[in-house]
Amino acid sequence: MIELCSVAAGYRQETVLRDISLAIPKGKLLTVVGANGSGKSTLLKTIVGIVPLSSGTVTVDGTDRNDLSRQDTAKRISYLAQGKSVPDMTVRQMVLHGRFPHLRYPRRYSAKDREIAKAALCRMGIADLADRSLPSLSGGMRQKAYIAMALAQDTDYLLLDEPTTYLDIAGQLELMKTLRTLADSGKGVVTVLHDLPLAFRFSDSIAVLRNGEIAVCDTPESVSRSGIIETVFGVGLRYDEEENAYSYRYL
Amino acid sequence: MSNSAISYSKNRIRTLYLAGALFLCLSAAAGILLGSSVLTVAEIRQAFAEGFSSSAGARVFAFVRLPRTAASLVCGAALAVSGAVIQGVLANPLASPSIIGVNAGAGLAVTLCTALGIYGGWRLSLASFFGAFAAVMLVSLGARKWGASRGTVILIGVAMNSLLGAVSDTIVTFVPDVGVMSNDFKVGEFSAVTYPKLIPAVILIAVTLLFLLTLHHELDVLTLGEENAGGLGMNTNLMRAVFLMLAALLAGCAVSLAGLLSFVGLIVPHAVRRLAGSQSVHLLGLCALYGAAFVCLCDTVARTAFSPYEIPVGIIMALLGAPFFVFILVKGKGGHSRD
Repeated sequence: MIELCSVAAGYRQETVLRDISLAIPKGKLLTVVGANGSGKSTLLKTIVGIVPLSSGTVTVDGTDRNDLSRQDTAKRISYLAQGKSVPDMTVRQMVLHGRFPHLRYPRRYSAKDREIAKAALCRMGIADLADRSLPSLSGGMRQKAYIAMALAQDTDYLLLDEPTTYLDIAGQLELMKTLRTLADSGKGVVTVLHDLPLAFRFSDSIAVLRNGEIAVCDTPESVSRSGIIETVFGVGLRYDEEENAYSYRYL
Repeated sequence: MSNSAISYSKNRIRTLYLAGALFLCLSAAAGILLGSSVLTVAEIRQAFAEGFSSSAGARVFAFVRLPRTAASLVCGAALAVSGAVIQGVLANPLASPSIIGVNAGAGLAVTLCTALGIYGGWRLSLASFFGAFAAVMLVSLGARKWGASRGTVILIGVAMNSLLGAVSDTIVTFVPDVGVMSNDFKVGEFSAVTYPKLIPAVILIAVTLLFLLTLHHELDVLTLGEENAGGLGMNTNLMRAVFLMLAALLAGCAVSLAGLLSFVGLIVPHAVRRLAGSQSVHLLGLCALYGAAFVCLCDTVARTAFSPYEIPVGIIMALLGAPFFVFILVKGKGGHSRD
């Protein structure tokens, strides 16, 4: 389990996150939602150590994250940033870079590394694109390649910042099903999403961030009933039991 | 399927390596054999068999053509790889040693050394490296501190070029002896190459190139963007500094030999990237090969085109390089990249 205890973090003089306490268990899909600028991306970056802690602690399976090297952190937690460059390399090559934290200088890929990368490609359904170059792919396919790289990192925890960006509706549903499967297979998955019905449909719990603080973190049903969504986003959510789906309720 | 989608087949990469090796061999052979007097293979054989002072041809081979050809090859390789590394690390296709002030930093160091009476050896190569490194770190740190965009980084580099050039010119004004070499030095040329300058530079460049090739995964991961590279466990600040230091070492050594050669650090990486993609292991390897061959060929043309007159290789490179650069840009325009 990853545990955040009274965490504050930010950039230089600006504190973005305040008094965040959060538990990220294995085998669960947690989605972070919140308005723009509420600190969602900063939260993920703080967990992996890209943004330093101002106060509080982050522990990963009982170990203080500050005691873990960058490489050891990357062996336990995969992180995909929101903004991604499009380097001119093949999909296979990029997915193999997921093995980076597991290798020592001068980093030669073993047969096992190649197998893990291949499995990640298959899991994302892009094995046939392995030899295509990244710039030649559509945005959705690139996104899948990036997620395959995170899967090749073979970690217990997966942190994905807006992974559905660039994906069409079918692609978004497919990705959320994949994340659901990953969580069910024992990984702790954290995503940042803007699409509330999608988040509430697939997640085990929802953390609502407001001005750098967690307003509520609970099951989708409880969060939906709490009224916080209306307060934060100015829209409500309607649950359809028959469809097991959420839709927007405009106020 | 777009051009770049099929550009990385093993056959294509292999063909590019073979073509590069052939280009390199032909350029080196032309560099050795051609000039104001044409050498024959028999004369070179005689030089090895009977000593380098045995005949006029042997002396020309050993003390003129060999150091000059070697210098053009290592400088070409160094500047092209340095350009590829700087472009990758700064994520800026417009960056190159001559554009962001790296060469100018090395140039200032060389001018300073010359003013102090240091004309070759390890001190010159290392001073040149420190000049280049200081310039690239100033530009890089300045860009990061002010959150500069890609365009601004180039402008900071241009300002750095002007500033360092002005300081160099001031030194030349006060120490007129330095001025004797200043014009050729500014465009870049190889006529002043001597073994005491060549040997330290060759050793430093060769070691740096080999070390860089072992870091190709790191360079690839950096191109995924700072945050994703950080997520993969890389200390991005440290690696960026290491890469810029190695790029400065390459550019600095090249400047200590050839002066402020431009274009090669911009053109060769672009051309290779268009042909072979940006996977670093091949990008660096092919840049070294084609950069070496390109500069050597340009230098041979510079020596022979208007023989017995010789023009600085920097002029030839600009004349050949600029249209080629435009051609590569136009040809590669048929795009891919769709969202």
